[in-house]
Amino acid sequence: MIYSYYPGCTLKNKAADLDMYARQSAAALGFELREIEEWQCCGGVYPMAKDEIATKLSSVRNLNDAKMHGQSLVTLCSACHNVIKQVNNDMRTNEDIRTRANNYLKLDEPYNGETEVLHYLEVLRDVIGFDAVKEKVTNPLKGKKIAAYYGCLLLRPGSVLKMDDPENPSIMEDLIKAMGATPVVYPMRNECCGGYLSLEDKPAVAKRRETIVNSAKDFGCDCIITACPLCMYNLKKNESGVPVYYFTELLADALGLKAASEETA
Amino acid sequence: MQRIGVFVCHCGTNIAATVDVKAVAEELKNEPGVVFTADYQYMCSEAGQNLIQDTIRNERLTGVVVCSCSPRMHEATFRKAAAKAGLNSYMVEVANIREQCSWIHKDKVSGTEKAIILARAAIAKVQLNAPLTPGQTPVTKRALVIGGGIAGIQCALDIADAGYEVDIVEKKSTIGGKMTQIDKTFPTLDCASCILTPKMVEVAQNEKIHIYSYSEVEAVTGFVGNFDVKIRKKARYVDETKCTGCGECTTKCPMKKIPNEFNMGFDNRSAIYIPFAQAVPKVATIDPDHCNMLKNGKCGVCAKICTANAIDYKQQDQIIEEKYGAIVAATGYNHIDVSKYDEFAYNQSKDVVTSLEFERLMNAAGPTGGHLKRPSDGRDPKTIVFVQCVGSREAPPCAKGGKEYCSKICCMYTAKHAILVKDHYPDTNVYVFYIDVRTPGKLFDEFYRRAVEQYGVHYIKGMVGKVAPQGDGTLMVQASDLIANDQLHIKADMVVLAAAIEPDKSARHLATMLTASMDTNDFFTEAHAKLRPVESPTAGVFLAGVAQGPKDIPETVVQAGAAASKVIGLLSKDQLTGNPCVANPDELMCNGCSSCEKVCPYGAITYADKEFRQPDRTVAIRRVAQVNPAVCQGCGACTVACPSGAMDLKGFTNKQIMAEVDAICR
Repeated sequence: MIYSYYPGCTLKNKAADLDMYARQSAAALGFELREIEEWQCCGGVYPMAKDEIATKLSSVRNLNDAKMHGQSLVTLCSACHNVIKQVNNDMRTNEDIRTRANNYLKLDEPYNGETEVLHYLEVLRDVIGFDAVKEKVTNPLKGKKIAAYYGCLLLRPGSVLKMDDPENPSIMEDLIKAMGATPVVYPMRNECCGGYLSLEDKPAVAKRRETIVNSAKDFGCDCIITACPLCMYNLKKNESGVPVYYFTELLADALGLKAASEETA
Repeated sequence: MQRIGVFVCHCGTNIAATVDVKAVAEELKNEPGVVFTADYQYMCSEAGQNLIQDTIRNERLTGVVVCSCSPRMHEATFRKAAAKAGLNSYMVEVANIREQCSWIHKDKVSGTEKAIILARAAIAKVQLNAPLTPGQTPVTKRALVIGGGIAGIQCALDIADAGYEVDIVEKKSTIGGKMTQIDKTFPTLDCASCILTPKMVEVAQNEKIHIYSYSEVEAVTGFVGNFDVKIRKKARYVDETKCTGCGECTTKCPMKKIPNEFNMGFDNRSAIYIPFAQAVPKVATIDPDHCNMLKNGKCGVCAKICTANAIDYKQQDQIIEEKYGAIVAATGYNHIDVSKYDEFAYNQSKDVVTSLEFERLMNAAGPTGGHLKRPSDGRDPKTIVFVQCVGSREAPPCAKGGKEYCSKICCMYTAKHAILVKDHYPDTNVYVFYIDVRTPGKLFDEFYRRAVEQYGVHYIKGMVGKVAPQGDGTLMVQASDLIANDQLHIKADMVVLAAAIEPDKSARHLATMLTASMDTNDFFTEAHAKLRPVESPTAGVFLAGVAQGPKDIPETVVQAGAAASKVIGLLSKDQLTGNPCVANPDELMCNGCSSCEKVCPYGAITYADKEFRQPDRTVAIRRVAQVNPAVCQGCGACTVACPSGAMDLKGFTNKQIMAEVDAICR
């Protein structure tokens, strides 16, 4: 199984771990991630202005590249996933945006939202299957109580992303179970981490961070996992010292890849 | 040749402002057959009707065309007036120059032109009209009330009081409906059971009323005055005539862990059960899904201990066939399933409850004996947050099962809950989050203000965004205060959701059986929103209670009484005058193909073998269509379906319709 893969800018520097462990795990689970050539930044934030078009074009280029290879497009970063999936929905359903985007891009053939966009977690759940993941686990994270942190972008808007119930999700909890650990369900798991406010209002982010981490701690977690580099940045240095990992890191650990890679290093 | 009089109505300025009525009257003088035209300010007034009657006599009119409002509005008025002057009612036609002309046009020239065309069509039709005489059908003097809640109970009592027999069909094992589960009623705070249970007993003791409990309507055929109804009396595995309601069986039944629906699952009942002490009929019922004896033939305890010998494990569903003159739909409501509203954590926390569940937690006959306890740990709640409009007044597409409409009763019962909590436990903090507080009703606003001013309930305009169960068992309620423009975080012990109400699921199937119409929300529609609010457009079917739209108890009782008076009015007649505009097959042209029978929604068409003389003087027997004029509603579906053109509708014959079309196209 080969997928087109869009890592996004952050995964090339600050969140290199998220990318590296995802690739290793994919190989172990039997699917390949083909990085799109000459990809560009997704734009970071899905533009809310109805007539905005320029910032959507790079997503369409990436989507078209996957289409030309006849592959589904896999993303990992919550923000990239959100932007690309929403733009794809626009290309499929909004005639105005579709026409204008195609006019700008002058592709060989117009792109009409044909590509299927999948989050890495969706591949694990819907294609590989959590049962199959469980079978490949060689280093079960037994006894570990893990709190999944979804944030706001990974699942919302639910009607477009169609990944899980945004108010009461289960996809990461199911993955945690597959990895042999115990999921911790806590109410703040789908609340915003503060996002880009960390650039100009650090106290606001600190307040959100502590609310989220304390909620997870109250329900007895040992650590928190996330899929989003920005959430990671905002949650990491919490006052309680609860460790925050990318979910791919723990997945690689459970699959026995982390120890191996550390040994070779 | 007919002698036709044309009467053009001004309807004040409703018509006259957009249609030159005098020009219309003048122009129509030239139509063939027209011997008289006039215009008048209000044709429907007594003077207007007199004008028609005088003209019929003086000009010896054989046909009348009134150019006025929709025939739905005043056709009956003008027909009655004509009949008084000795003209057959069905020689009167109405040209609708208001709803279909003056109200939708702005330009007087085109409005006038269209009015003339519409009148010409009506004149062309009257040319071909023939006098019609309606038939008479007898009335079965017995009413059926479907649903045994407060609406059905009140309606049945009122009908019985007038001396007519009434049957109540109730799908649950007892009558009483939702009101049995309610603690107190607003705005007087009297106990719901204390005012309801005497009425239930009255129903049971009234010899004119028969209760079919644990029963459902299976099929309805027939028509106003003559409905044939099949009622399925579900097997309750207990002989109603023998059971004394002692309840001994319910205490001895070994299957005791079944969630008790009556207490909203807060406690358990046994497999053989009586829903509550005041049930009517007070008869035990065996739940076949949980009874060991019925499931695998092992047990039989209840039969052994029953001194009345009432247990019958072999009981079967019974079909009862009965005739009725009138039917009242009083099928009631349920609140919506709130489990999709995950932001309120209803699935995650036992301490998030719906308002009906809260009623049981406050009720002296409820699972806690009336002491308000948190369902999770039995502690006294110190802070309670009420959330209004959960699923009501939602913007489409309402993906979580919400409704666009206002459920109407929640503002008042939430105020009631808030007052009761503060009254019983004054040191409790009570918050109510609302979009708007809607309290129109006698003494309603005073009641709400008492909650705020006297009891100190915190009413906050804004919606709750999230209810988050905390590690310490409390609930963090995150909400916005729209007036203070503030974000609130309230640590609550309980959250109560005022869930939207929706019609009972059985209503849609029933509406199909009754051929009664429903709106998009599955509420029964009334024949006229303002002037015929308790009648369905289907003759002989009447509406009471929330089945027609959200309403509180006083309103429900009012509507039930109104429906009863309509039923009584119908049943007091010995004969009903039918509609003579019914389908009429030409037997010589009919080839018995059954096309008409297939499209008839009322089952009015049957077939008979008849003898016909052939051209060669032999006699052949052919199968031909027969229309029961008492059942036919004159919809005309068969006239369109008939491939040989044998079916015609009296008063709307194919020839008449074509003449109208010709007149319009002229």
